[in-house]
Amino acid sequence: MEYVIAVLILVALVGLFVTGPLRRGEREVEAARADRCAELEAAKEVKLREIRDAELDFRMGKVSEADHRATDRELRAQAIEILEQLDAVEGRRPAEH
Amino acid sequence: MAAVGSACLFVGLLCALYAVGASLYGARTGRRGFVDSSRRAVYALAALMVGAFVVLEAAYLRSDLSFEIVVGSSSTDTPTFYKLTGMWSTQEGSLMLWALVLSIFSAAVLRATRHSLRELVPYATAVLGAIALFFLALSTFVESPFATLAAPAAAGNGLNPLLRNPAMMIHPPMLYAGYVAFSIPFAFAVGALVTRRTGADWIRATRRFALIAWSFLGLGILLGALWSYSELGWGGYWAWDPVENASLMPWLTGTAFLHSVMVQEKRGMLRVWNVSLIVATFVLSLLGTFLVRSGVLSSIHAFGASTLGVPFLAFIGGVLLGSVVLVLTRLPDLRSEARLDSLASREAAFLLNNLVLVGLCFVVFWGTFFPLISEAVTGTESSVGPPWFNRYVTPLALALVALSGIGPLIAWRRATPANLRRAFLVPLAVAAATGVGLVALTPAEDSVPSLVMFALVAFVLAVVAQELWRGAGARRTMTGEPRPLALARLVGRNRRRYGGYIVHAGISLLLLGVAASSAFVDQSDARLAPGQTARVGDYDVTYREPTARFLDDRSGTGAPVTFGAVLDVRRREGGEAFTLRPSRNYYEAAATGPMGVFGRFFSGESTTEVDMRRGLGRDVWMAVQPDLRALIGPIKEANRRFSDVPGEAQALILAAIVERYRRAAPPATFRTLVSPMIAWIWLGGAVVLLGSLVALWPTPGARARRVTSLYAARLGRELSRA
Repeated sequence: MEYVIAVLILVALVGLFVTGPLRRGEREVEAARADRCAELEAAKEVKLREIRDAELDFRMGKVSEADHRATDRELRAQAIEILEQLDAVEGRRPAEH
Repeated sequence: MAAVGSACLFVGLLCALYAVGASLYGARTGRRGFVDSSRRAVYALAALMVGAFVVLEAAYLRSDLSFEIVVGSSSTDTPTFYKLTGMWSTQEGSLMLWALVLSIFSAAVLRATRHSLRELVPYATAVLGAIALFFLALSTFVESPFATLAAPAAAGNGLNPLLRNPAMMIHPPMLYAGYVAFSIPFAFAVGALVTRRTGADWIRATRRFALIAWSFLGLGILLGALWSYSELGWGGYWAWDPVENASLMPWLTGTAFLHSVMVQEKRGMLRVWNVSLIVATFVLSLLGTFLVRSGVLSSIHAFGASTLGVPFLAFIGGVLLGSVVLVLTRLPDLRSEARLDSLASREAAFLLNNLVLVGLCFVVFWGTFFPLISEAVTGTESSVGPPWFNRYVTPLALALVALSGIGPLIAWRRATPANLRRAFLVPLAVAAATGVGLVALTPAEDSVPSLVMFALVAFVLAVVAQELWRGAGARRTMTGEPRPLALARLVGRNRRRYGGYIVHAGISLLLLGVAASSAFVDQSDARLAPGQTARVGDYDVTYREPTARFLDDRSGTGAPVTFGAVLDVRRREGGEAFTLRPSRNYYEAAATGPMGVFGRFFSGESTTEVDMRRGLGRDVWMAVQPDLRALIGPIKEANRRFSDVPGEAQALILAAIVERYRRAAPPATFRTLVSPMIAWIWLGGAVVLLGSLVALWPTPGARARRVTSLYAARLGRELSRA
């Protein structure tokens, strides 16, 4: 009996908590935009870190200047693309592909 | 309270089931509310599992002998620490621990990714929910930790004396945290494959969990080795035992995964490798749990006697088959974005690293499972021992250490000959000088593999030092900071890279200890009477006097009887002198058997209490095996005359028997080991842990930027030059 009562109480509490999003509803479009923004921010941080890493490798003499310039150019182009997408998501101007 | 715990498990199972269904429904229909609801179900699962855990630990603490699990692994006089940790010495408790840790990690990763990877996360949630469902089903319907007795037992069995060691009680939760945490990247890999989002996003989202898993698993393995060295009476720390191997295999493939994903993040390459590695790691984690819990390791025929064998095997088979099918059907989406530019590149080094680590894993796998397969086919037991493993593992381990030094020196994409010369010159010179010096000044050349290992360790340490020095110098050039500040900020801004280098240094130190202590150990097994001396390596060991204690357990394990010895140890050169006091604990047998009322205190389990003198240069380790045959006569006499006396009188008689050993001890057998540099294994492990923490710690700037993005304000356009 104690077991059944415990199960019923827990099911009620958990059910209330778990079904919250279903009862509340949400602004799906706004949530999707915010999530996309967060993803692009994370991607931007990653790309900036890659640019810094490449710079550090060059300064430490691990790559030639020519190779570093090529890598740096490529990484910066990728970073610009991410910034453009970020601007587009935030509504400043359309993304260019 | 058992009912409350059971209810938590059952409702938790319902939450896991709901999480699977709601996340898949939300993913397929695009209804975000169901995805969010499934995430909440995982949060609720975590809360319920914590509740169940608290109920069970409370039962242990108050020694509630109506719980079957408490009766089986604890007692009223078990020390509190071992009461709290006794749970995972049992099958039921360890299954619940799996589910608990999984639910907490799942809740953490879903919380962290609630605003990202919208298409992928629901499938990851479903996978995590399914894994939780499996373990909860076992806990709820097959091996419940909340099973109760019709009437409380009169006394508990207590914790297995071999497990009454702090290292051994922390070891299982560390291992399980490692096994479980690999579920996270596995689940996200499955999500990535299902949604065909096979870029590096899923790796970035779960990278920290993979590193946490690897760190915990490594720590668990090291604690197991430390327990073996400190508690068991053979003096070693690794025996290539199947249980040990079961935890090593996922650690090896997990190591490969951690390195290989960097190549995918940087270059979009090795995608098939990465999904395959994480599938292998997770399957091996399940296999590790299965090997220990199914009984198959005691004998292939014991497998059938266990209730868990078939369900586990079915689950592992299902996971493996499903994963393989998924990888094969998604091969077109796993094509590399780039090609290998040069063999002199970090990508090539990491690829070679993968091959070596997978090779190591295969060797361990073959050595572990071949005897089982052989027994199943032929019916005769066979075994593969340390010499077989050492023959194949040693060259691969040497290659691994070499690669751990080479990888950091080479840049991504391509290194020119000039770059390579500049990078390798100093570390190779250090390695060569170390080798030559060791040959000239030490007996290191007696073991060529060890000598090579010592030189490679020097190489790796020189690489790490050079990377720190040159990195600080490069930062100093860019920023004008003084060198110490430049070094601190270099590490602080590149925690993943330099944390990894610290880990490499730690692994090298660890293997230095392994090589030295394996190849140059001096061991003696001597039977000594009081006053006699044995020679071990550079030391003379003299048996001064026996010791005997009754109800005076100094090891904190609750042993009623302890016999031991006091030995004076003196180094022949240098005058170093110290005293060692090894002993052996004796626990009473559960029932009065042929040895009688008094004899059962000497005929139950017994454990070694090692004593040792630790040092950076060497450990002097000692264990004793007392000879109790001289006590048989007094025990029989006591049984004959005093079996029916009250308990307090029995205690006095037992004390007298124990004292008899001290007054007239026969010769005892002593095992003494002088192990060079064995402390470097534990020190190296600590350095690895430090490196992991550095790599895991988020940079302050990154944290601030994430907070900013969540409260999104307009971001200024960053100018960059073309």
